[in-house]
Amino acid sequence: MAERSRELAEATRSGPGRMLIAVYGIFAIAATARSAVQIATHFERAPLAYALSAFAAVVYVVATAALAGVVSRRVAYLACGVELAGVIVVGAASLVFAGAFPDATVWSDFGGGYGFIPLVLPVLGLLWLRRTGLRNSELDR
Amino acid sequence: MIQVLATALTVVALVAALWSLVLVVTDRPITLATKPTLGLAAVVVLLEAGLLVQAVLATVNVIGADRGEMNRATFFGYLIAVVSVLPVGAFWAMGDRSRWGAGVLAVACLSVPVMILRLDQIWALRG
Repeated sequence: MAERSRELAEATRSGPGRMLIAVYGIFAIAATARSAVQIATHFERAPLAYALSAFAAVVYVVATAALAGVVSRRVAYLACGVELAGVIVVGAASLVFAGAFPDATVWSDFGGGYGFIPLVLPVLGLLWLRRTGLRNSELDR
Repeated sequence: MIQVLATALTVVALVAALWSLVLVVTDRPITLATKPTLGLAAVVVLLEAGLLVQAVLATVNVIGADRGEMNRATFFGYLIAVVSVLPVGAFWAMGDRSRWGAGVLAVACLSVPVMILRLDQIWALRG
C-alpha cells in the first residue's frame, strides 16, 4: 500500500505533471514574495486585497508541495479546488465590487493581470490529479 | 538597468524557451548527449551568466544612484528571483528523463523575460 502511494506520487510529479509543478512553483514564489512586500510596506492601502494575496500565496505553496508529493494527495485536490474557487469568486468580486479592491490581487479579473494563468492552472492541476489517479487505480484490475 | 543588456537577455531567454519547446514537440529528452540538448544547455548557461552580470550591474546602479521613490525591496526581490529561476528550473528539468524535462526548462526560460519586464517597470518608477 505504501509502495503504491509512492508510485502514485512519483507518477504525479513525472511527465506533464513536472511542467505543471514548475509553473505552480513560480506562482508560489512570486505570490509569496509579492504579498510579503505588500504587507510589510503598505498593508493599510488595501487590506482586503493584500490579505487575499497572502491567502493565494499560501494556497500556491501548498498546491506546489502537494503536487510534488510532499504532502498527501487529498491536500493537492483541496488546494487546487480552493484555488479554482478563489480565482472565480475573487475574480467576480473584483469586477462587481471594484471599490473594495484599490490594488489588484493575483486573482483579480480572473487572473487577467497574469495572462489568465491563475484561472487555467487549477483546472489543469485537477485534471492531472484525476488522470494519474485513474491510471493508478486501473492497475488494480 | 542597462537597456541593451536587458533586451539581449530577453531575446536569448526567448530563444532558449523556443528551443526547449521544439525539444518537447519533437520528443527529445534533455540527455546532454545529443547536439540539440548540448546546444540548449550552452544557451541556458550563457543566459544565466548574463543574468548574473545584470544583477551585479543593477545592484551597483541602484546603490550608486539616487532613484528616489523606487521600490527597492521589490526590485531586489526580482533580481534574486531572475538569477535563481534557471538553476532551480534546470535541476527540476534534469530529474525527468522524458520530453517534459524540456517543458520545465521552457517554463523557467519564459519566466525570465517577464521578470526583466517587471524590473524595467520598477526601474522606470512605474511599478
